[in-house]
Amino acid sequence: MIGLAVEYVGRATLRHVEYVGGLALQLRAALGSLGRTLPVVGNRNRWHYALRQMLAVGVDACPMVGIMALCTGFILAMQGASELRKFGAMNLVIDLVSLGFTRELGPLLAAIAVSGRSGSAFSAEIGSMIVTEEIDALRTMALDPIEFLLAPKYLAMLVMLPCLTILSNICGILAGGLFMQLSTQMTLGVYLRYVADSIVLRDVMTGLLKSVAFATIIVQVGCLEGFRVRGGPDAVGRSATAAVVKSTFLVILADLGFTAIFYLLERQ
Amino acid sequence: MPGTTVEPAISVRDVVVTYGRRRVLDGINLDVARGETMVLIGGSGSGKSTLLRQIIALEQPQSGHVVINGVDLATVSKKNLAKIRRSIGVTFQSAALFNSMSVEENVALPLREHTRLAESTIRLMTWMKLSVVGLADFGKHNPRELSGGMKKRAAVARALSLDPEILVLDEPSAGLDPIIAAELDELILALKRAFSITVVVVTHEMASAFRIADRMAMLYNGSLIAVGRPEELRNNQHPRIRQFFDRVPDRVLDPSVIQTYFDHYLKGDFE
Repeated sequence: MIGLAVEYVGRATLRHVEYVGGLALQLRAALGSLGRTLPVVGNRNRWHYALRQMLAVGVDACPMVGIMALCTGFILAMQGASELRKFGAMNLVIDLVSLGFTRELGPLLAAIAVSGRSGSAFSAEIGSMIVTEEIDALRTMALDPIEFLLAPKYLAMLVMLPCLTILSNICGILAGGLFMQLSTQMTLGVYLRYVADSIVLRDVMTGLLKSVAFATIIVQVGCLEGFRVRGGPDAVGRSATAAVVKSTFLVILADLGFTAIFYLLERQ
Repeated sequence: MPGTTVEPAISVRDVVVTYGRRRVLDGINLDVARGETMVLIGGSGSGKSTLLRQIIALEQPQSGHVVINGVDLATVSKKNLAKIRRSIGVTFQSAALFNSMSVEENVALPLREHTRLAESTIRLMTWMKLSVVGLADFGKHNPRELSGGMKKRAAVARALSLDPEILVLDEPSAGLDPIIAAELDELILALKRAFSITVVVVTHEMASAFRIADRMAMLYNGSLIAVGRPEELRNNQHPRIRQFFDRVPDRVLDPSVIQTYFDHYLKGDFE
């Protein structure tokens, strides 16, 4: 019985180590190919593909991210106000919303929305290409699938997720302003002056730094799940699900790590 | 004459491939001469497609060597491997056209990626390749809009786009009706006549194999059991070759098995 348990734990550990190793190798190859997706200095075809990906990953996700951020901003303001009102500290709702969004909720909401939309799409696209031998066809044409498929997606995410994070911050903070106007008659101009006083550039930058890390996680996990598809269409479906579950989990784990580091740095 | 050149276009030496504990290719030796059409035949799971994947450098064998135009794929540099891949045109069983592109863009892709030709020249060359396979009017279509036979022909046009020295076709006739399959055979023969390229075809369509082959190689359980001209294989008395050519099944279902099953079912043994 103990032997079986040890074997199970051992196998699971090896599986996870192998997965992380695969992610690391893929990330290294993607970083190596990233330069060729840039405009002017890189390959024109890759840059055009990256632009199309930016539209799909970023522009098309704007309504979803915006609405999610508006709702969450309003929820956060209401929840905060219900407690802070008891202490006559309604002004702290502004700090709660503005700091909460710039440091935490802005990047996290954008990442979760993009993980659900694009992480699964990356994995399904590459997985389908494995099933239909298109990846093999690319390789026989001397085209590297990492450079051809992954690197443009990575560049698109590195550009668009911080943009979506900024959109999420703006929408969340505006929702807080709407709440304050409805509950305390505070005008938007006054609200925004309070917001400007409460947040500093460092808060925005830490949020954007997080979004770059989240973009890396979503692209790498989504594409790795796609590249690991073996079998038929059912495997493609499973890989899309795995891409969303794993990337969301890793995004939250990375968020915890970043927040802990920033917290410790702030204390010093 | 095929087989008279000193250095073969493709040389497979003692190639062994194992998947887990299963030995899929067991010490394969095969030479394909320049300008020759070699047809690999064999039943499902005999190792044909695996051998093909070694030849087109999609996999590395556990031991042995695959040499293309004098270059050993086991020791080749990344840059030279890319060069070799550009000299081999490949069509896959599923055609493997990119559905995110039009037929024209599929054919133009290798030219756009590997040459510095002007866009107008690329468009002209693409049109020429599509004309060769009879699809000049279908360039703007999406691969999803093409029939099975047209997809295979479009895949051949893409494989030809860089004027390869070697053309490799995996199950070109699979899933096609006999007329379309025969058209594809004629296309392969015409291409060979026009461009003098070395052709390797994997198939288990015997009519097609006999029509296009200069030589044939038969795989069984990961080993080559016969290599020779079509008539030599046709007259070969090896039991497996005879069984394959005469379409004799390995096992025939015994009706008593079904009867026994129903008897048990009616008795309620499965509840």
